[in-house]
Amino acid sequence: MTDEPSLNLFQQQEANRRRTFWLMVGFVAFFAWLGFGGDYIYHLYTLRAPHQAYHHDFPWFGIALSLVALLLAWYAYKTGPDKVLWSTGAREVIEPQGPKEQQLVNVVEEMAIAAGVPRPRIWIVDDPDPNAFATGTDPLHSHVAVTQGLLDLCTRDELQGVIAHELGHVKNLDVRLMTTLAALVGAVALIHDGATRFFRGSGGGGGGGSRSEDRKGGPLLLILLVAWIVSWLLAPIIAQLLALGVSRKREYLADAMSAQFTRNPLALASALQKIEGAEAPTEHIKRGAAHLCIADPLGRRLTDHEGLFADALATHPPMAKRIAILKGMGYAQLKKEGGAVS
Amino acid sequence: MGPLIFLALLVVVAGWLIAAYNGLVSLKNQTLNAFKQIDVQLKRRHDLIPNLVNAVKGAMDFEKSTLEAVIQARNQAVKVNAAGPEAIKQISQAENALSSALSRLMVVVEQYPQLKATGNISQLQEELTSTENRIAFARQLYNDTATQYNTKQQQFPTNLVAGMAKAQTADLWELEDKAERAVPQVDLSMKPKA
Repeated sequence: MTDEPSLNLFQQQEANRRRTFWLMVGFVAFFAWLGFGGDYIYHLYTLRAPHQAYHHDFPWFGIALSLVALLLAWYAYKTGPDKVLWSTGAREVIEPQGPKEQQLVNVVEEMAIAAGVPRPRIWIVDDPDPNAFATGTDPLHSHVAVTQGLLDLCTRDELQGVIAHELGHVKNLDVRLMTTLAALVGAVALIHDGATRFFRGSGGGGGGGSRSEDRKGGPLLLILLVAWIVSWLLAPIIAQLLALGVSRKREYLADAMSAQFTRNPLALASALQKIEGAEAPTEHIKRGAAHLCIADPLGRRLTDHEGLFADALATHPPMAKRIAILKGMGYAQLKKEGGAVS
Repeated sequence: MGPLIFLALLVVVAGWLIAAYNGLVSLKNQTLNAFKQIDVQLKRRHDLIPNLVNAVKGAMDFEKSTLEAVIQARNQAVKVNAAGPEAIKQISQAENALSSALSRLMVVVEQYPQLKATGNISQLQEELTSTENRIAFARQLYNDTATQYNTKQQQFPTNLVAGMAKAQTADLWELEDKAERAVPQVDLSMKPKA
């Protein structure tokens, strides 16, 4: 994690990017193990079958699974942002109503200039709990959504920090990754369900006939088979964990980018404190979109802790740690400018 | 074996040359674009000021000089901007003068609660804050991009292709006017009796 306090803004960003890369490699490797691992087991299983019987030599499962996953991912990539926005019941701000919405539109436009990205489309979720998220496929097709609670609670500077955080996600293409990842988690669940049904169906129908030749595998095959079945059962959970790990580290990165755009890390720190202070869960944002938000919308206690268990299971890093890092940046900045650090 | 290694080396060097060249060209265009963005935001400010002045004119008869300073600075800035991008020095001077005139006006407006109470003013104030922020952020982006561009073309080994890519050091946008660094002075003796 970002335990090195001596890292500056850009080094921190670089470190976060590198870690994210390896998590993604892990995600892909998991798909490969499920598909090609199954092929290998089936290959071993049919190795000692009679000469004229079926031998599984070509990795059909691996290829088919990868293809199906690819197709689903592509579909999810195309429609992901719409699905996310639809699931939260957000409404788009086209003609701003009242001073608060005008301010939101202005702040988003300002931060788009600071980040050097086109203005994203702006959405409001009618929920009293302060929260915000970004989605989209690239800076040209991106969306930023805030809750009504955030608009009511935050000052202009704090709102700027939050929007800059979201545009950080947009600029470094987090939104593409996170939206696609949300969809990939869905895809794993879908493939898993489909495959389970398929295996049950074929096992019940054709199991009786081949029973006589089954006993030739030996203990190695059995162990492999058990490991593989356990993987299948755990697939949705593991996929979710990997997705969460990716999203958690990106929150630190987006905080750093927000500080870079606004040059005001203390404003985001104070906004996070306000968001943290409002205990209630964000009811309009469901589990599937949770990892896109600036703060855990489900209000889970796990988010408050650091450690192996929480690292593996929480969608968001501990708020206290994020605030501490931002304050550290703020004071470092003050010192450099020669201002009085009180 | 010998020629093969030589060929591989050649391919690697050529690949690096192309990447470094394209990287410099891309950064150069980004810098140019960032500079244009400042221009867009300055125009926006020029268009906004007449509205602002009209809104506060009636209520602020006794602050004529502040208001006139804004109008004058705005007209000067519009005139200099029309001269084109060659007059970069004058443009930044005129814009800096306008910035300080505007911030003086905004501080003065803060002194009149009855003026702030009307919805129109707070709306204009928000617009003005936003416009000033846009200009500041556009400059920040330009300076960041230009610094990146300058660093890239001066660093080894990219500096070897800098001449080929016609890379030149980009000037940073600096605050030259001392008045803008200073806290605006307000004449509180004109404060109305509430």
